[in-house]
Order: sequence, then C-alpha cells, then structure tokens
Amino acid sequence: MSTQTAPTANGRYVPNLTQPPPNDPLPRALGWASLGLGIPQVASPGGFARAIGVRDDPEARGWTLLVGARELMGAAGILELGQPRPTGWLWARVAGDAMDLGLLLAALRSKPRHRNRLLGATGAVLAITAADVAAAMRMSSHPELHAEPGPLRARAAITVRRPKEEVYRFWRDFENLPSFMEHLDSVEDRGGGVSRWAARAPGGRTVEWDAELVDEHPYDHLSWRSREGSSVENSGSVWFVTAPGGRGTEIHLDLQYDLPGGALGVLIAGLAGEEPRQQVREDLRRAKQILETGMVVRSEGSPDGPMARRRVRQRPAQPLVGSAS
Amino acid sequence: MKANCWTGRNTVEVQNVPDPKILNARDAIVRITSSAICGSDLHLYDGYVPTMKRGDILGHEFMGEVVETGPEVGDLAVGDRVVVPFPIACGACAACENGLFSVCENSNPNAAMAEKLWGHSPSGIFGYSHMLGGYAGGQAEYARVPFADVGPIKIEDDLPDESVLFLSDIFPTGYMGAEMCDIKPGDVIAVWGAGPVGLFAVASAYMLGAERVIAIDRFDYRLKKAREQAGAETIDYEKVNVLEALAEMTGGRGPDACIDAVGMEAHHHVGPIHAYDRAKQATRMETERPHALREALIACKNGGTVSIIGVYGGLMDKFPIGSVMNRSLTIRTGQCHVQRYLKPLLKRIRKGEIDPSFVISHRMSLDDAPRGYDMFKHKRDDCTKVVLKPFSSAAYGTPRPSGGGA
Repeated sequence: MSTQTAPTANGRYVPNLTQPPPNDPLPRALGWASLGLGIPQVASPGGFARAIGVRDDPEARGWTLLVGARELMGAAGILELGQPRPTGWLWARVAGDAMDLGLLLAALRSKPRHRNRLLGATGAVLAITAADVAAAMRMSSHPELHAEPGPLRARAAITVRRPKEEVYRFWRDFENLPSFMEHLDSVEDRGGGVSRWAARAPGGRTVEWDAELVDEHPYDHLSWRSREGSSVENSGSVWFVTAPGGRGTEIHLDLQYDLPGGALGVLIAGLAGEEPRQQVREDLRRAKQILETGMVVRSEGSPDGPMARRRVRQRPAQPLVGSAS
Repeated sequence: MKANCWTGRNTVEVQNVPDPKILNARDAIVRITSSAICGSDLHLYDGYVPTMKRGDILGHEFMGEVVETGPEVGDLAVGDRVVVPFPIACGACAACENGLFSVCENSNPNAAMAEKLWGHSPSGIFGYSHMLGGYAGGQAEYARVPFADVGPIKIEDDLPDESVLFLSDIFPTGYMGAEMCDIKPGDVIAVWGAGPVGLFAVASAYMLGAERVIAIDRFDYRLKKAREQAGAETIDYEKVNVLEALAEMTGGRGPDACIDAVGMEAHHHVGPIHAYDRAKQATRMETERPHALREALIACKNGGTVSIIGVYGGLMDKFPIGSVMNRSLTIRTGQCHVQRYLKPLLKRIRKGEIDPSFVISHRMSLDDAPRGYDMFKHKRDDCTKVVLKPFSSAAYGTPRPSGGGA
C-alpha cells in the first residue's frame, strides 16, 4: 500500500484519490422510465392492461398492479436509494423484464383479441431489456462500482482535535483498534510488527488472522496487511496529516479486503447492512470520540454509539432495560 | 418511571418506562422538578421531523436535582440543582472549543442520518428525533444527561424553578436571535412570532440596546403579552399589511434587523397562499411553510440582518434570494449554543433585569402532558407556555391560567 503514497512538496503524506464513479445518464433514464410506467399501472391497472392489448379482467389487473408497484420500487431504487451506484437495482430491473416477458408470452398464448398490441408491447419490453442489461453490465464492470466479490475498498477521513503524535500513538497500538472498529473483536500484539486479529462473523463464529506491519513512517503513516495464507486477506493504510491553522489532525483511512472465498465480504455485508464506506466512516467517528472525549458516545436509541448497522435498527429513545452494552 | 412519549402524529402518551441508567462515565441522572413543552416539540408532534420512533421520550427544556453521577463527572454532586441545556455537547471538539455547542462534533451517535439530509451533522438534542441522536428527553420523572461535566449549570441560590427553567432553551434562543442582529444605537428590530421565543427575542433586543422592537403575530393575547410584558410595539398581520406597516413605522427604511421566531409551520393570512405551501408541505414537496421568513427577508432594510431562530427542517420553496443578494442582506442563524449563554443570562436573572417566568401560562402535572400539547398546538385558553411538574401531581392536577409569573 505504501506505493500509493508519495510525500507532496510540503512533505505531507496524502493518499492518492481514485477515480470518481462515472456519470452515466442511462440508469437515470431507466429510473424515470420505471416511474413513467409504474404510475399508470398503479393508478389505472385496467386501462393499462387494455392499452397493451391484454384482457381487462381481475387477474390481469392484479398482475398489472403488481408490476406497477415493482416499477415504482425500481424507480425509487435507481433514482434515490441506490444512488450513486444503483447496480443492484439495475439487475433487479433485468429480473423484472424477464417476469414481464413471461407474462406477455402467457398472454400471447391465450389467443388474445389485440394480438398486434401485445406484440408491440412485447417488442418494447425486449428493447427495454436490452437497455437494462447494457446499463447493469456497464455499472458492474466499473472497478469503483464493483462491490463484490473481489477486492472491496473503503476509505474515509475525519479531523480530530488532538496532536498528530498522540493520534499516531493511539493507532500504532493496534490493540486499540477494536475499541472503534465495529467488526473487530480483538487484536493481540505478538511483537515484531505481527499481530493476531479476530473479527466476529455471522452465526457467532469468529474469524482470525495474522497481520503484519508493512510500512511505518512515525507520526505520518502506517500500513498493514494480513499474512500470506490468511483466511481473510485484507490490508489497511492510514495517514495522519496535521490540519492547517491548528485544526488538529486529519486521519485518512483506506481499507481493502480481497476475498476469493468471499468470507469477509459476507461478514462485512452482514455487519454493516450497507456499504462498507459508511462503516469505515462510523469507525472513524468512534475513534474521534475516544480521542477527543475519552469514550464512545451512547444514546438510548443508539446504545452502542455510532454504528452503521444501528442506523436501520434504532431502539426507541427510552432508557434501556437491563445493563448497558 | 413516567415519561411523555411520542406515539405517532398528533399523539403523545404518558407511559411507564424503565428508569434511566448511567451509560457513560460522564453521565449524570437528574430527577426532574420542572420541564416545559417547547414550540419546536410541536414540529415533532405534528409529524414534520423525520426519524421519530414510537415510544421516544420527548422534552428538551428541563431542570432538576442530580441523583447519580458517573465516575468522571467531577464538578457535579448528588443533590446539586441544575438546569440542563437542550443541545448535548462534549466540550472537547473544535466546534465546542469555538463556542458552537449546538454543532458539537461528537454528541450525535446518529450523525450519519443527519449527514444524509443536511450534509454535516449538528449536535445531539434531548428528545428530538433519532437523526439528532435518539436521546431520551426530559418530559419525564428522570433523565440521563450525557457530558454532565459540560452542559448543566448549577443553581445555587433560591431562585424558583420557573425563573431559571428557560435557561435550558427559549431564553438563550431568543437572546441569541437578538445578539445575531448586531444591534446598534437607534436600531429598530422586528420580530415575527410572539410565542415564548419571540417574547424573549423582544426582551433581549431591548437588553442589547434596540431603540424600538416590533412584534408580529395574529393572536391578541400574545400581542398583548409582547406589549405589556416585553415592551414591544405590535402588528396583527391579519388586520394590517405587515410590509406597509413596517415601512411606515420606520420612515420607509424597513427594520434594521428582522428575527424569525416562527419557523417551519408558519401561517399566512391569505388563504390560498397558506393552502399552497400547506399542500406542498403535506405532500413533502417542501418541508417548510416559510411565510414568516419570506416576509422578514422582504421587509428588512437594505444591508440589514435577518436572524433565524425558528426551526426549519429541510427544503423551502420560493426563497427570495434575489432580494437577499441585491440588497446586501445578511442571514444569521443556528440552533442556540445554549452553553455559551448560561452564566451571563443567569446573572441577568439574578440582577432582576428579567424574570423569564412571565411567559408561562399553564402549569400541569406530567400526566397532563397530552392535554398540554393539544392546548399549546391549538392555542386554546390563551396558552403561551406549558410547564410540567413531574412530582407535583396533586398541586397541579388542574390547569391554572395566569397572566404572568407565579
């Protein structure tokens, strides 16, 4: 990872920035198309069925309503929820297209009165399918957008109002990492730059691996990597940069997981409930809290402090029963 | 313990919930002697603040007695009487260091939610949605106070609860609203909204040297209070054209500074205009009904300041940016950095410059909180401010309308 680092003219170590996600108009257009189809399907299922040449009976209306609801969900996913990377939502569209084609073929087989309209609708769906497949493949093939399997990368930065030396020393003691890295159970320093890491896996399992320090520039930069043959291949780099004007220390963190087996991919996805970048941001937030206030800040709704997975499972803001976690 | 919980749009319920516990070494538990319903609680009640969850304990204006402290709360002891500021602040981050306590960088464990909506996250707030921390609030018998070594102020003399309770929010909020106007001798200040925050903004503007303060509202009893208890001149916007009246009252200059003490649920006296923004708000096409703010921006003199202390949540429509830009207006705003104002304002209360209890209209037991919300929302029985007394059910079983302090 140290190859990604180069001291700049003023001697600061900064991470290279990767390419931003491409600005692809096709997915958005498909999202709007979903919206355009979904609204009439839900608002007037009978009218829509007639328009595409399907018999207007309760069964057809039921299917049309279902398809309309799916389209609206797809629109929300592509235009809003999945931004900026609606890859999964695009593949869901492809699956939806397959369903639509199945329904249309069934309708064609049942000797329809408006065969030409139905053929037209089928042709339109085929064209849309082609666009959907193209968009989904394009999104999937871009390295930055490529979530899993394969190398999974997450980076984040935060500013902490503590001197760089103190922040560095806190991080250099890897045994401190589990206090703010959500997925880590423990890290044990074995000496000589080698440490034993343990992370929680779904089903109460624990995954363990050995990591070694591969690069160290005191007070500026640390890089570590799992040792060869680990069940979980991963690496991390962190840069400590003095923020201008006495604003403290910037922490830039870059984590990478490479998993042929996908074990940790599953683990991370399960823990985070959303993209790993969010989890890394929350990890840094906890690190900042510990460095600045001496603790992880807890509320009744989030008794474990900032945590990506807690965002979707908030407790009511009422005192906890039993002991605090 | 008993606590007033949000249970859905337009409903709150007093429920039995577990007693609070120390979760962090810098927490304290406070037995609440007085707690108020805030105008901003009505935004939660009305369902305009996202990320509320059924069962959330409301309330962010409270005071009481410390009954337990975490091991790292050095300067508070069991038995201390404290007023608790509504923003939760760590005292150690860059924002706190700069006195910007309501944008503390560490006190919102759900900062990621707020970042989605606002870009960056402000501080956590007691009883004010999960986006702002998911903290249990103070309309309850007890509350856990995080960073108890930073926020609460000790009240060591015998000032009654009702004179110091509003240090928790509305007095400093009104004061900061006036302070942001940067008042100079001769300044005329206009304040939209003669609710409790507006009344404190009026009083504070005078404290800071304003020549004249004009309060704008539509409820007679509120305008009367602004005139009689805070010394304001008043405009009833349902009876006169506010822009014309202000121009006339200021010799055509317009107010030197305008304070918006209304916020996201403003009312417009012209039916169709109100209906337009009301409909857009109901369908979530905008989150605000910004009538007061639009008018304040248009009314303000060239080069003047518009100070926004009414609460807004998201996006508004038809913001008169052209007027702001071409007329060199300055907009200043923020949730109040209460911790900054506790000591100086307590001093003013002690010196008798102001007795904040003048805004109180109703005192009730905690059990009556649902009735208090309903009454405050619909401005029934000349309701200006409701104070809940969690441990005085017998004494405050029935409301006692009153025109001023106890």
